[in-house]
Amino acid sequence: MDLNLSAEEMAFRDEIRAFIAAELSPETREKLILGREIGKQDFVDWQRKLNAKGWAVPHWPVEWGGKNWGPMQEYIFLDELQQAPAPSPLQFNCSMVGPVIATFGSEAQKKKFLAPTANLDIWWCQGFSEPGAGSDLAGLKTTARREGDFYIINGQKTWTTLAQYADWIFVLARTNPQAEKKQQGISFILVDMKTPGVSVRPIQLIDGGREVNEVWFDEVKVPVENLVGQENKGWDYAKYLLTNERMGIARIGISKQRIRRIKELAKIERYGDTQLLDQPWFREKLASVEIELKALEITQLRVVAEARKRGKHGEVDPNSSILKIKGSELQQATTELMMDVVGPYVLPFTESMDDEDRTNEPPVGPDYAASAGPTYFNWRKISIYGGSNEIQRNIIAKAILGF
Amino acid sequence: MDFDFSDDQKLLKESVGKLLAARYGDFEKRKGYQKHPNGFDPAVWAEYAEAGILSLPFAEAHGGFGGGPVETMIVMEEMGTALAVEPYMASVVLAGAVLKYGDATTLIPDIAGGEAIAAVAHIERGSRYDLNDVSLAARADGADYVLEGEKSVVLGGGAADYFIVSARTSGNRRDAEGMTLFLVDAKSAGVSRRGYPTQDGHHAAEVSFGSVRVPVANVIGGVGKGLPILARAVDEAIAALCAEAVGAMDALVKMTVEYLKTRKQFGVAIASFQALQHRSVDMLVMLEQARSMAIYAALSVDDADAVARGHAISAAKVQIGKSAKFIGQQAIQLHGGIGVTMEYKAGHYFKRLTMIEQMFGDTDYHLRKLAAAGASIAA
Repeated sequence: MDLNLSAEEMAFRDEIRAFIAAELSPETREKLILGREIGKQDFVDWQRKLNAKGWAVPHWPVEWGGKNWGPMQEYIFLDELQQAPAPSPLQFNCSMVGPVIATFGSEAQKKKFLAPTANLDIWWCQGFSEPGAGSDLAGLKTTARREGDFYIINGQKTWTTLAQYADWIFVLARTNPQAEKKQQGISFILVDMKTPGVSVRPIQLIDGGREVNEVWFDEVKVPVENLVGQENKGWDYAKYLLTNERMGIARIGISKQRIRRIKELAKIERYGDTQLLDQPWFREKLASVEIELKALEITQLRVVAEARKRGKHGEVDPNSSILKIKGSELQQATTELMMDVVGPYVLPFTESMDDEDRTNEPPVGPDYAASAGPTYFNWRKISIYGGSNEIQRNIIAKAILGF
Repeated sequence: MDFDFSDDQKLLKESVGKLLAARYGDFEKRKGYQKHPNGFDPAVWAEYAEAGILSLPFAEAHGGFGGGPVETMIVMEEMGTALAVEPYMASVVLAGAVLKYGDATTLIPDIAGGEAIAAVAHIERGSRYDLNDVSLAARADGADYVLEGEKSVVLGGGAADYFIVSARTSGNRRDAEGMTLFLVDAKSAGVSRRGYPTQDGHHAAEVSFGSVRVPVANVIGGVGKGLPILARAVDEAIAALCAEAVGAMDALVKMTVEYLKTRKQFGVAIASFQALQHRSVDMLVMLEQARSMAIYAALSVDDADAVARGHAISAAKVQIGKSAKFIGQQAIQLHGGIGVTMEYKAGHYFKRLTMIEQMFGDTDYHLRKLAAAGASIAA
């Protein structure tokens, strides 16, 4: 038993760290630290740098740019990005549609999409959730009707993250409404966002931001060559896709970076005659969160070690649901600590945290205070998305406890 | 990074598990052991000696197997699962560590062989969990020291052949310097004790030292130099208790889940109720978090940096305390009435877990210690 990284792993970590330090735009990093929204260009610039280095899609098949890293290397890579902090490669491209196309797509689809997807020349968004199909995704109602060499898509998707930037959307749509089980009869279809009949309406979240959208499909005509794999097999591809987003799910690096930041700011903030950081109550709250985070980091490493033993393409480890539950709770705990840090300066509301919308008005209070409230409000989503924490409990109850 | 046991460690786990299953598989046997004068059956202790468990953490030169913290973790986890009542942690782990780090190795072969039991007497009325808080006085007199004072809640104190006593040789009650550890033969004139059972089915004793003469040669680790030795030994004991707690929590979670699957109400197994399923999952999450920290504790015990070691151990103790409380309380709740009966095993896991939280610093004590130090724990 040994908790230390090997010399090779440490060298790998240092290489990533050095690359981020040299290549990540200071403006992008600053926005992430201050909790401002990062714009499309921040994502694109950074992902192209990663892609040039060969690190945008390390987990893809080698012939399409993958690196054949093991689970430990993948974990170290994501953890370093999170701790920097740096944007992760766009997950809709790199963890979702890319691996599906690489595994189930036609040769023509691979040639057309994979390279630009890795380089973020194409921005993808995810057309899965619907107003009536959230945790119960298989209850989706959007239809794709076959007419000659086309599918005609009708329906509504929702919670579509960053659809406003997207060039293409991957859609789950019902191609066989008569299928016996609701999981059957669903297809996985790629749609150009510029196709007539596709419209996007932003949804404003309680923090004031507009990161998610409704996407409407009204008689949208899509060539049949945009079907991925076989018709009516989309549910299998969607399940495969969801297994790919597990590795960084606890986002421990993000919580670590935020705790470091909270400590820095709690030295600046005064509390009576002392620094906030000198207050015993604050230190105890901080220590409580840090202890759970340390425990979760080791739990995460145990899951990584199991994945390493099992080989790369095994089944999803139901223990990753533990990581989702605890990881989301701890990220949310850091947002509460950050509100403790800024105190009354959590109150002033700025409609948009989007950098492009900022005016020359000076912020009310310290610049780091503006995002404390919005991040607290916005991050309630973390225990809801990607399979709500209650769904994760159902998974554990069934797969681990055998209920 | 590696979480696997070596082949030898796997073998150890298997053989200790087998031995304990034979001795404790039938819960009625445990009740029988507790009827012995000091709360455990010397025949079981002799079996531990025979199997080499008592000599495990000691160097080969002292009749041991040279096992490290991971081996201790393995044994303690099995003891937690079995709810073993022998003073293994008190004598082998804690007293053993004091003798090891205090370079007072003469007694080790006897402890390793099962011929002697040692107990560390460090708690005093009012000292709570502070190891430096020592009033019991040791006054130099010729070639001897004379010990005068009382020690409280001495784990394994009823059966002990030897006490390791923290005493003040100079300075004031709470000074870090001036605390000296003495090895005291329990048969020495002036030593008297009152043994009693503890809530969890173990045993402890109140021990008083009335003008007890101890030769200078029995000073452990140097006059006035006792605190760092005791602190290191207590860290090992905490790491061991963390592992024991994980064994107990693991067994208790399994037991509760099995119970939910068999217990029927309203015509169905109560495991079909989502509220109870989710509660069980929360118990599992707390168990896995505790397991991670027990591993962390074991792998930190040998850290040469005493401060870093202490922080790691405190962090582990906090997590184990929180997990133990949650799992213990929920296990009883999910069992319903049977959970609060003396005849059923779940309540005994709960009691042991609760006492572990109270030993060597409770959750709040260690949390405050980390907070006061401004320790960097995870970031």
